[in-house]
Amino acid sequence: MVIEIFVAKRTVPLTGKGTQLVEMGSGDPHYSDQPFEVHLPDDVVRDRVENVDSDEKTNGVIRLTDLRKSYGEVRAVRGVDVTIASGQTVAFLGPNGAGKTTTIDMMLGLVRPDSGNVSLFGLPPSDAVRAGAVGGMLQTGSLIEYLSVRELIKMVGSLYPHPLDLEEVLDLTGTGDIADRKTTKLSGGQTQRVRFAIALIADPDLLVLDEPTVALDVEGRRDFWNAMQAVTARGKTVIFATHYLEEADAYADRIILMARGQIVADGPPSEIKAKVGGRTIRASIPSVHRETLESIPGVVSASQHGEEIVLVCSDTASSDGALRDLLHRFPEARNIDVRGAGLEEAFLKLTSEDDVDSDAMDESR
Amino acid sequence: MNGSTYLRYEMLRTLRNRRFLVFSLAFPLVLFFTIAGPNRHVQLGGIAFPLYYMTGMASWGTMTAVLSSGGRIAQERSVGWTRQMRITPLTTRSYFTAKVLSGYMMALFSIAALCLAGSAVGVRLTAVQWVTMIGLLLVGLIPFAVLGILLGHLLSVDSLGPALGGMTSLFALLGGSFGPIVTSGFLFSLVKCLPSYWLVQAAKSAIDGGGWPPAEAWIVLAVWTVVLARIASRVYQRDTARS
Repeated sequence: MVIEIFVAKRTVPLTGKGTQLVEMGSGDPHYSDQPFEVHLPDDVVRDRVENVDSDEKTNGVIRLTDLRKSYGEVRAVRGVDVTIASGQTVAFLGPNGAGKTTTIDMMLGLVRPDSGNVSLFGLPPSDAVRAGAVGGMLQTGSLIEYLSVRELIKMVGSLYPHPLDLEEVLDLTGTGDIADRKTTKLSGGQTQRVRFAIALIADPDLLVLDEPTVALDVEGRRDFWNAMQAVTARGKTVIFATHYLEEADAYADRIILMARGQIVADGPPSEIKAKVGGRTIRASIPSVHRETLESIPGVVSASQHGEEIVLVCSDTASSDGALRDLLHRFPEARNIDVRGAGLEEAFLKLTSEDDVDSDAMDESR
Repeated sequence: MNGSTYLRYEMLRTLRNRRFLVFSLAFPLVLFFTIAGPNRHVQLGGIAFPLYYMTGMASWGTMTAVLSSGGRIAQERSVGWTRQMRITPLTTRSYFTAKVLSGYMMALFSIAALCLAGSAVGVRLTAVQWVTMIGLLLVGLIPFAVLGILLGHLLSVDSLGPALGGMTSLFALLGGSFGPIVTSGFLFSLVKCLPSYWLVQAAKSAIDGGGWPPAEAWIVLAVWTVVLARIASRVYQRDTARS
């Protein structure tokens, strides 16, 4: 008995995002004679099969349950709970030190959590990785020497049970023109593209990318995401970490906002953008009710300290409208200041509220 | 997955590493010709000097060859490639197997080069003697292959170069690769605990008619292998748990 049968969820290529999934039986020729199948005693497998929720098998769910990890005094991840359905493109968005990389490393089985559990398609990460269901691009790392780009990608592809066609990967990642170059003779952007190709050659069900564009310039970033979209169009589950709100907004179906080792918001990009990507209008207006301010179209939330008011709007268009409305209603407004909320600032604001609670909770544990 | 493609590229990478080729192939060859060449008619301990020196240089060159897998492991750790491999279906065992086998491949090249050089200055052996000598050398290298894996996880890339160079030189010197060493007393009993001494002796004893190496040789090699493997396994676990 071989555990591939319940990882053996392959997505249908090129049928668009959120495609339906095809369950493959154990009789599938793809899985019949791989040398690296993981053999477990039959009773262990039976136990596992019984314990795996049938929903997870068909939907290919990625489930992180109350993940925690500390490095000495630093609590890098403090209780992360996430469930990700197959076919989703999910962004972990957060500033440096938010715990994104630690979460991803635990998801890939590279770091063992202090507590909590990771399940990829109903399997522990190491088993899912062994079965070739996962492809990853880690945050740090460069390429090994003495091989050409083509050879390196081929070498990694040979480790997987059903790799993509090499030429197709070269084409998708825009590495065709550098395929015969030595891995040590590449620019930063080219190296990054080759690393992407290495993650992709696996033809994985789950693709995990930890800050894939961090070393790239604007043009490189655009090229990268163009290639990426060709991949997500194949119905793969993609999880990427970034600290650029624009990237998360443009390329993810869902944004999980992390700060200080915790998830502080989770939802579709429009919702998250409204929370963190907004603009704030500050002004001094004597004797005004908060309710009145909140009724202004385009205002998401309003606060008031004496004469000082702060209006939070989701984007530039709504802040423009809200400002016109505000000046129309309160021509006496002074000290007007409109600015985009910085991501860091927004994170701090979002976390400062529940930080006290979670600290108290951690200490009571 | 098919481990053979991975192994093939590992070997290709080893062959393309010029600096490494120089150390494990060229150095012993140069030493052999400069020292054994002029002394081709000298007898040493009942063995013709060129033969004596050929086994010595072969032990040194092969030791360098298999230990250098440690350098490649340290290099791959330092650029994050080991982590990348850990998220592929490649097993730890296959990873190390490929490293050890490519080290052994270089060792075979080193032996071949020295045997040709030996023939060139008049070393004559029967087919059985050649095969026995090469076989015993390969067995004697096992503890060094394990030591390579251990050092690859223990040291950084920067410290590894000097560490490997120093270690092989010391092992080779004390083991008798470079020339005669003490043959009695306390120092000799220490030397006899070194795997490099038996690496050199194993090859020689098969040639000079002394038959197979004594049980002592196998025990020393086995103890080194087991102890080093234990430590290597512990260091490997610490290394992967930390990252």
